[in-house]
Amino acid sequence: MMERMQSMSELRPSILVVEDEADIRRFVRLSLESEGYDVFEADTIKRGLIDAGTRRPELVVLDLGLPDGDGVDFIRDLRGWSQVPVIVLSARSGENAKISALDAGADDYLVKPFGAGELMARVRAQLRRHSQQTQAGEPVIRFGDVSIDLARRVVERNQQQLHLTPIEYRLLTHLATQPDRVITYRQLLKAVWGPGHMEDIHYVRVHMANLRKKIEASPSMPRHLITEGGIGYRFVSQ
Amino acid sequence: MNGERPDPDVLLSRVQAEAARAHRGRLKIFFGASAGVGKTYAMLAAARAALAQGRKVVIGVIETHGRADTEAMTADLPRLPLREIPHRDSVLHEFDPDAALAFAVSNPDTLVLVDELAHNNAPGSRHPKRWQDVEELLNAGLDVWTAVNVQHLESLNDIISGITQIKVWETVPDRVFDDADEVVVVDLPPDELLQRLKQGKVYLPQQAELAAKHFFRKGNLLALRELALRRTADRVDDEMQTFRRENVGEKVWPNRESLLACIGPDGQGEQIVHKCARMAAQQEVAWHVVHVETPAVQRLSEQQRAQILKVLNLAQELGAVTTILSAPEPASPLIRYAREHNLSRLILGRPQRRWRWPLQPMLSAAIEAQAQDLDVLLVATGRDNGVRQPGSSAAAAPLENFQWQGYAAALAICTATALVATPLLGWLELTNIVMLFLLAVVIVAMRFGRGPAVLAAFVGVGVFDFFFVPPRFSFAVSDAQYLLTFGVMLLVALVIGQLTAGLKVQAKAATGREQRMRSLYEMSRDLSAALLAEQVAEIGAKFLLAEFQAGSALLVADEHNQLQTMPGATVTVDMSVAQWAFDHGEAAGKGTDTLPSCPCLMLPLKATMRLRGVVAIAPAAGNLLGPEQRRLLDTCASLLASTLERIHFIDVAQSTTVQMESERLRNSLLAAISHDLRTPLASLVGLADTLHLTGPLPRAEQQEIVQAIRNSALRMSALVNNLLDMARLESGAVKLNRQWQPLEEVIGSAVAACGQLLDGRPLNVNLPDDLPLLQLDAVLMERVFVNLLENAAKYTPAGTAITIAAKVSGDMVEITMDDEGPGLPPGRQEAIFEKFERGRRETAIAGVGLGLAICRAIVRVHGGTISGETRPEGGARFTLRLPCGIPPSDDGAHAIDE
Repeated sequence: MMERMQSMSELRPSILVVEDEADIRRFVRLSLESEGYDVFEADTIKRGLIDAGTRRPELVVLDLGLPDGDGVDFIRDLRGWSQVPVIVLSARSGENAKISALDAGADDYLVKPFGAGELMARVRAQLRRHSQQTQAGEPVIRFGDVSIDLARRVVERNQQQLHLTPIEYRLLTHLATQPDRVITYRQLLKAVWGPGHMEDIHYVRVHMANLRKKIEASPSMPRHLITEGGIGYRFVSQ
Repeated sequence: MNGERPDPDVLLSRVQAEAARAHRGRLKIFFGASAGVGKTYAMLAAARAALAQGRKVVIGVIETHGRADTEAMTADLPRLPLREIPHRDSVLHEFDPDAALAFAVSNPDTLVLVDELAHNNAPGSRHPKRWQDVEELLNAGLDVWTAVNVQHLESLNDIISGITQIKVWETVPDRVFDDADEVVVVDLPPDELLQRLKQGKVYLPQQAELAAKHFFRKGNLLALRELALRRTADRVDDEMQTFRRENVGEKVWPNRESLLACIGPDGQGEQIVHKCARMAAQQEVAWHVVHVETPAVQRLSEQQRAQILKVLNLAQELGAVTTILSAPEPASPLIRYAREHNLSRLILGRPQRRWRWPLQPMLSAAIEAQAQDLDVLLVATGRDNGVRQPGSSAAAAPLENFQWQGYAAALAICTATALVATPLLGWLELTNIVMLFLLAVVIVAMRFGRGPAVLAAFVGVGVFDFFFVPPRFSFAVSDAQYLLTFGVMLLVALVIGQLTAGLKVQAKAATGREQRMRSLYEMSRDLSAALLAEQVAEIGAKFLLAEFQAGSALLVADEHNQLQTMPGATVTVDMSVAQWAFDHGEAAGKGTDTLPSCPCLMLPLKATMRLRGVVAIAPAAGNLLGPEQRRLLDTCASLLASTLERIHFIDVAQSTTVQMESERLRNSLLAAISHDLRTPLASLVGLADTLHLTGPLPRAEQQEIVQAIRNSALRMSALVNNLLDMARLESGAVKLNRQWQPLEEVIGSAVAACGQLLDGRPLNVNLPDDLPLLQLDAVLMERVFVNLLENAAKYTPAGTAITIAAKVSGDMVEITMDDEGPGLPPGRQEAIFEKFERGRRETAIAGVGLGLAICRAIVRVHGGTISGETRPEGGARFTLRLPCGIPPSDDGAHAIDE
């Protein structure tokens, strides 16, 4: 993946950083540039939206607390015309802000204070997912010893077919087709149960527990279906 | 004194005062009206006389002002050296107390002469005032003679400077004068003094000559002389009082024409008070006004009793000391009161000539008989309207309600007695039948009181005559000796009727008193258990309703001195009246002189430290509050006040405890923060400086420093997070977002969050498959497990296993986390859950001791418990118990919108 990006040196991926704190902006820019990305900076929502429209970045890093408004509004606005991946930076303990950002269409979040390494990993994952999505969807998803054949609607583990309920299958495929992306409970409820059950979060948890027992080697220490405490789940293929 | 014993506290203080006095030297003051009367001369003359009698005398300081005759008097007296005090360009000479004390060591029992007691010492002396030097000598046991003029007495200073137009700066406190053992007045008539002045025998400083001439005018001198003599007389009077007290005298010493006015329930009270006030003012004496509440008075109408209260109030306004005494008859309490207060003249209203009960002496006569040392003054009131003698219990009560039932019963009982006695006439002597009638009178008196008893006495005599005395059925009497029988019978019947009725009234009064005492006692017992002002209001309202049938309201002052009505008030209170009563500390409203139209009586609640509020009492219609009830109310008010004060101080003590506790917490927080926050900060700054200052470093070394910076910053971040979380949890700002979820998921995300922290320690999670869903706040509960895992990682050796297990136990789920570390420090299994507490204090392990406190706070808001112990086989075990609740049965398996 990295080799591919570096080989297209004239097409270095560009990243927009919307953040009002100069120090954080500088550290994010330095770490991204050292990884070979082009970085544009904006310190307000207004500036950020203009840059997102004119620079056409491959990824947006967005701080939720900005001087001229709420980062969630930025995402809603952006999602009106762009599917560019958005990584949200938020203060700790702001679960609700994170959830509404994710519900509005953000792809991942990082809690301050975060390390440069962590940021880079998330950026790479989002860029990778996005490029895969833009390519034609693979009919078969493989992770660990599990494979999902989306065309045949069959899930196998160690070449043994797994018996999943329809709900478990939908849950799994909804997560697995969007790897590295944080999916909130409400998004999962809407995708699996439809819009009539948006408040029954325990549905997701019960079926996720059952799904893990079938998919994961150690259900209480999952490796693929990761819990994002209080927010939702993330599928990780490695 | 009726054998009353002196108060033990007073006795004790007297003994102490005497003991102090025994060690103290004696002070004798030669006291004069002005300069030039010859105080110094008199003192020296007395000193020479004492010397001649073998007393050791030494002159401390004498101001002879160059008078030859005075100077001559000092000739054969030894002098103490004066102390030289340099002042500006000159040297001042002052009395030297040290010299006197040193002299006294070698010459015990020395008498020191110190002239001019009011003298101000030169700056640099031991004491600013000479009288302070004298006090020191006295305290050291030396006897001192000194001299002072009346104008130097502190309390008279203003008056005298008003008279003479000369301000005196050198003053002596009155207590020095009053505490002196002896005062000798050196008196010289003003004419002689002026004569001496003319002859130049009086020293006058040159510069003050004009002023002094103004001072020495005859009018001034007369006034000063009178003040000096009167001040001395006052002092002598005090001495006598003390002597009388100390020697428990019985008799009044008629030293002063002090007055005691006695008022009763008649119209004379007001005139007596006015007259007494005038007499007291003319003679400049103190006066007391006393009312004796006898059973007779208690039978009076409310209007009359209110009249007595009014007169007492008037007397108080006119400057009298007023008191209400309670006794069966007025004479002896009046005499006792007069003796206790050393009042020699009793003032009574002049008794009216009127019918009296037999054997009932007049009050004045009774007093004269019992106390011949007291003067009794009967004053004319200029009103002859048939009113009664003050305070006399003998007077009948014409306004006593006419109880016709009583009179009817008296007639019926007499008739019944006649019916019973008629058949017995054959067996019984007439004398015994008389006894039956007397018995009837006693019964009537006991049951119905005085009036019916009188009727029964007369009817009884008539019936006896008519039906039993021959010739029967006629009032005619055959034997003249029966006339004697009738006379004696009537007299005896009247007397026993009177006595019995009196007894009954007293018994009733005693029962009433006992009842009141009991309810007071009960109230005070209830109050002693009260912890809230609301309870006090309730108890007070109960008492007032039971005792007075009165509605009430308790108003308690808050910290801004605003009255707040306590709940449970049964009357609406006019706040302006209540506030007046509170602000002035006086009763107001009904029955007082302030705003009497208000339906409530407002009593201020006076406690030891300050006013605590006001109690408002609205007595039932027509129920006026008499003096006795007022006393009861006052007692009630003071009980309420002291209870409110006690409650106030409980609050103060509690908030002080809370403050101390939070102070302690703050201190431990500061201690923890100053260590644990500063350490990573210091290393951050240091490491950054290292990078900055030491030029290009080898890459490995640079990496090492960067890693160290990162670790320090993360440590700080964790610390700050903990502090913020604790603050949020404590302030109640955390809103639980409880949702039903599998425990597995929470533990899973906690384990994931700990990640590398566990540093390869094997982690076993043994959760049974059938564990129910729990209603948890996922984020907070994850925090609990993260903290517990972090703790385990901190305190256990690398590579040791951590085991998490869970089981259902009753209606709780019990989750245990075991490690294989050293276990919990013994005896601190509870303490580790406190804020800023750490299991092992002297360790280099970072943290402020908040982790477990946060765990406990979170588990508590979930309705669960957390505890720690050391397992018998070693290692620590933390046990969480969380309520199962009723998880939803619907898992949404069939709720898919297809």
